[in-house]
Amino acid sequence: MDAQTLLKRLFPDGHDVAFAGDCFSGTGRCCGNDVAVVGTIDNAPIGIELAYRMAGAVLDVVRRHPGRPILLLVDTQGQRLSHRDELLGINGYMAHLAKCLDLARRNGHRVLGLVYGQAVSGGFLASSMLADRCYALPDAEIRVMNLPAMARVTKIPLERLTELSASSPVFAPGVDNYLRMGAIAALWDGDLAGQLAEALAAPLDGDERRALGEERRGRTLARQVADRVRRDAVA
Amino acid sequence: MTDAATHSYYEDSARERLLGLLDPGSFREILPPSERVVSPHLRRLDTPAAFDDGVVVGKATLGGRPVLVAAQEGGFMGGAVGEVHGAKLTGLLERALDERPAGVLLLVESGGVRLHEANAGLIAVSEVMRAVLAVRAAGIPVIVLDGGQFGCFGGMGIVSRLCDAVVMSEEGRLGLSGPEVIETTMGVEEFDSRDRALVWRTVGGKHRYLLGEAAVLVEDDIAAFRAAALALLDHAPDLSLAALEAEHAALGGRLERFGDCRDALDIWARLGIAEPERLPILDTPTFLATVTDKRA
Repeated sequence: MDAQTLLKRLFPDGHDVAFAGDCFSGTGRCCGNDVAVVGTIDNAPIGIELAYRMAGAVLDVVRRHPGRPILLLVDTQGQRLSHRDELLGINGYMAHLAKCLDLARRNGHRVLGLVYGQAVSGGFLASSMLADRCYALPDAEIRVMNLPAMARVTKIPLERLTELSASSPVFAPGVDNYLRMGAIAALWDGDLAGQLAEALAAPLDGDERRALGEERRGRTLARQVADRVRRDAVA
Repeated sequence: MTDAATHSYYEDSARERLLGLLDPGSFREILPPSERVVSPHLRRLDTPAAFDDGVVVGKATLGGRPVLVAAQEGGFMGGAVGEVHGAKLTGLLERALDERPAGVLLLVESGGVRLHEANAGLIAVSEVMRAVLAVRAAGIPVIVLDGGQFGCFGGMGIVSRLCDAVVMSEEGRLGLSGPEVIETTMGVEEFDSRDRALVWRTVGGKHRYLLGEAAVLVEDDIAAFRAAALALLDHAPDLSLAALEAEHAALGGRLERFGDCRDALDIWARLGIAEPERLPILDTPTFLATVTDKRA
């Protein structure tokens, strides 16, 4: 789904979202609430300029509209892979974006993510994965790496990876895998505006992804291991 | 290079680093290898597992003050983060919320997400990210030490910059996409990962220090890392709107000032450093003296 169609379906009461290059931001109306929107289009690689602009848009919301919910609609093929971005410290720019989203959360802004196109690696990490809850459209793509590339790097035969990915959500691309592992709270389909309204009103309780992953049997150790490290008595 | 009076951080294992860094006899490991908490995913792929999943976590004292510490072992899968590895880091950070130590030390050495369990690793890194920020928001400093053989890349490169300060040696490396990843994906003309000089001056400690990505540059000596970490325990975390606006202005300034640079040498020249091509060969004390007041 393209971003314009998506925005129309999320905000049937209207929005003033403006596009500039591969980035967009603005405000949508949802059930009488203003919702700040920050996003990208065209599977944008997130380089230092884009991370910087998105961080600026988030800071702007925190400064000018205290408490306004933020919806991230980030379509990204991942971090921009370039010598020049590394030279200028792209990890610092990504971390800055993450810090700004976390600041918004701590200042009482609900932060939601909706993956409507692609979400890959570092671009996903620094944006929608910082949301209080992240959702996805059923035809979205979420991945770290496709299986042929993974086979090359890990030197595990592609046939073996393909076979295992039928039963394990742990390494293969796919929205359903991220759903099972707790990183995607739910899939949105049909009445997107209604699902956004529900997500804006639903109670929140910290980072629930480990517990969800355990409940859905997609990530069975993370919650238990983190809890043991947090609480085990130490001699 | 180290002489007889120093002990190399670079050449140590994660466990050796902890022994050299912390107060003698003070380290207590949480979920030690005897607990056999291993990655179930590696086994399914017929890949050897490690009894600590490549990260050592525990509590200790540093200069008599209580700290929580984690050390990634580059010797096991390049320190890459999988489900168990990441959960150990997250659990340790969350333990800090309960115990309120003087600080949390992260001895990073990681290529990022472990591809054998890529989805679990990616989610785990994002849980670590949120936990780091929660600890800092609670007023507890999180300090990163980066001087190992595998550097710090991928998601851990982002995690590092979420923390209060990064202490690096010249030998440390810090970035997002490793040079090999960029070369494999974009071609050798984009980034020649075998050009060691190019790699070091792009992601190495000296350039990171000049850019301001590393707060402190130390010699490859475990005692120097210890002294730097100790000094940083008194750092008060600041994640306020004003602090992030200041960071935003600084990162915007970096883009304006250096956005057209194509090599670290261009940046160093623009910082007003005479003979920038000499920087890579200077030893750390001479380097620090040479670049005083020249950092971005």
